[in-house]
Amino acid sequence: MKKSVLRNVSLALGTAALALGGFATAAQAQRDPAYAAARASGQIGEKMDGYLGIVGAGSSQLQAMVSDINIKRRAVYAQKAQAANATLEEYSLTAGCLAIARTAPGEKYQAPDGSWQTRTSAPPLRDSRCP
Amino acid sequence: MIREKLTLACAAATSPKMDLGHSKRTTGALLALIIGSSAVTGCIQVNAPEDAIVIELNINIRQEVIYRLAEDAGNTIDENADIF
Repeated sequence: MKKSVLRNVSLALGTAALALGGFATAAQAQRDPAYAAARASGQIGEKMDGYLGIVGAGSSQLQAMVSDINIKRRAVYAQKAQAANATLEEYSLTAGCLAIARTAPGEKYQAPDGSWQTRTSAPPLRDSRCP
Repeated sequence: MIREKLTLACAAATSPKMDLGHSKRTTGALLALIIGSSAVTGCIQVNAPEDAIVIELNINIRQEVIYRLAEDAGNTIDENADIF
């Protein structure tokens, strides 16, 4: 009797954990396929200032997507910067450091001299102040 | 002709405010020289530096500020995986 209750409780807990996990992944949406493809193909890259940039001449569709994401990033930066008692520029530059560090091999990023670089397995060229 | 020359020389030598006038004249002369020289060369040539230009993005932002914000910014990127 006691054992079955225990089993039921553990089952319920397991189900709850699964449900929670499902919610968490739903809330943490992944990259839009078009965005992921543009990143992987090197059409867009991570800039030092924490925003996306277009490598070369981008289509108007690509420009619209990049500016849409950048506007969203800016909104997030502004909110988080205020909470962290920092300026928008300080926060976005920090995020830029990290976003460049997190690029996958093959993706583009902006080096301190302003040029676009393709990420390799080696550490990226970053601003000397980056953590 | 001679009289004109003499008058000019006299005015420059005896004017009590000669110093002021003199400096203005020097400035004027310098200006004329600069304008003249640029007119001679036609255009000002600017040569690009050979070294790569390093963009110092927001040079006022200090490293310690970036270090302080790093953890928070990392979490922000994780939380907004769709736009990063």
